[in-house]
Amino acid sequence: MSERPVSHVPRSVLAVLAAALIGQASFKSWQPVELPEASDLPPPPGMSSLRLASFGDPIPLAKLLMLYLQAFDYRAGSVTPYRSLDYEVVQQWLSRVLRLDPTGQYPLLAASRLYAEVPDEAKARKMLDFVYEQFLLDPERRWPWLAHAAVIAKHRLNDLPLARRYAAAIQQHATGPSVPLWARQMQAFILEDMDELETARVMIGGFLASGSVTDPAEARFLEQRLHEIEDRLKNRVHVPRK
Amino acid sequence: MSFILTVAGTTVLEALRNRLAWLAAAVVGASLALAQFLNQVAIAESLQIQLALLAALLRVAAVFIVATFVITSMVREANDKVTELLLSQPVPRSTYFVAKLAGYSLVAAALAVGFSLPLALFAPVSGVLVWAASLMCELMIVASVSLFCVVSLTQVLSAFAATAGFYLLSRSMTAMQVIASASVTNEHTIADSVITAVVNAIALILPGIDRMTRTEWLLGASPGTGEALGLLGQGALYVVLISSATLFDLHRKNL
Repeated sequence: MSERPVSHVPRSVLAVLAAALIGQASFKSWQPVELPEASDLPPPPGMSSLRLASFGDPIPLAKLLMLYLQAFDYRAGSVTPYRSLDYEVVQQWLSRVLRLDPTGQYPLLAASRLYAEVPDEAKARKMLDFVYEQFLLDPERRWPWLAHAAVIAKHRLNDLPLARRYAAAIQQHATGPSVPLWARQMQAFILEDMDELETARVMIGGFLASGSVTDPAEARFLEQRLHEIEDRLKNRVHVPRK
Repeated sequence: MSFILTVAGTTVLEALRNRLAWLAAAVVGASLALAQFLNQVAIAESLQIQLALLAALLRVAAVFIVATFVITSMVREANDKVTELLLSQPVPRSTYFVAKLAGYSLVAAALAVGFSLPLALFAPVSGVLVWAASLMCELMIVASVSLFCVVSLTQVLSAFAATAGFYLLSRSMTAMQVIASASVTNEHTIADSVITAVVNAIALILPGIDRMTRTEWLLGASPGTGEALGLLGQGALYVVLISSATLFDLHRKNL
């Protein structure tokens, strides 16, 4: 069915259409969207409510919830995004999202790379602890975020015992073939930084003796570190006490 | 004027003969029963839970009923050649359209009133009045958009899908704007800017339905005068916009 040309439309209709379109655009532009403030972040709904809202398919809901969460207290170009958020509530949201989609990596990526890198040390520690707790529930899949948490603990918080705790957890729990050796060896290097040379020596020696290091270059590197540690230990023994 | 009154009257009569009143009563009854069940189950804030769920159910049901009625009524009229009969009368197409819109608006208004009454059992009257007025605006927008979609697309399925898509998009547009503007990287690429601009442009031509008919008004937080007038203005402006777009389409049709 062909249509009649626009000239058949009365001019009054065209005028009203144009005026209403301009009016609508002006009306909406006078009502700008306000980005949510940190205090606007409500506690998350319960798991049963979320499962009900997901209509039996929780993964899309989990993805949407993460996008919703990250919009709070974020300002493009802001020096300190997320600083004003209530981290108890943020953790509840992240935890709900992880329960809806346990294989999803986004919540722990956000926890370790966004929320844990705020200048507030207490909040950063809280988020690192959250990453640690969640790592223990699925170590084979979640070790990268705990490895990043160990780096933050070591370099940002200057808390070597905490970094060692996280590195030890990776070594102990993430034992699958997909976990690279560098992640499992982190603890040894942190121990070296903590001046616990004897333990580091035993650990690196154990790696080499176990035969798990198959790459020759990596084996050479570890042997070199082992010799350096042994040299430092000898020097320490020979330092006369004052 | 008599043509408008006659056509609007027959539209209301059609709604009654379609047992719309019975359907509305059944929806109210079922919603009240479900809300009462949840009231029994809840261990705290039982009245708020009952009220919030009842209001949400009634709102969605009203939107569904109005959209379905407008679309099926227009398609049936076209299939029975009643549209051609009416357009053969010595009245402009705009008069025919205004008559149909008036009829559907009356049905929408009656539905808004009918669905608001049970809320008065649980909520303060002032909150219910504001909620009802806002629902009326929302249903008028839905009726005019349904009319636009069915005049343009002429098929029940495509018209209903377009109306549902419009409604869902309008309700989620603010959330989409917030998400689009909250990129977590400090580097704003051209793609980021284009996506944000497109989302904002779409938002400009959609009504702010997400600000209408809010449950919090029933729970004691009434909107300010400015906000209430803004919502009424938005409803009126959008009905005019969509109606003129429908008239544009109607005048171009070879009927």
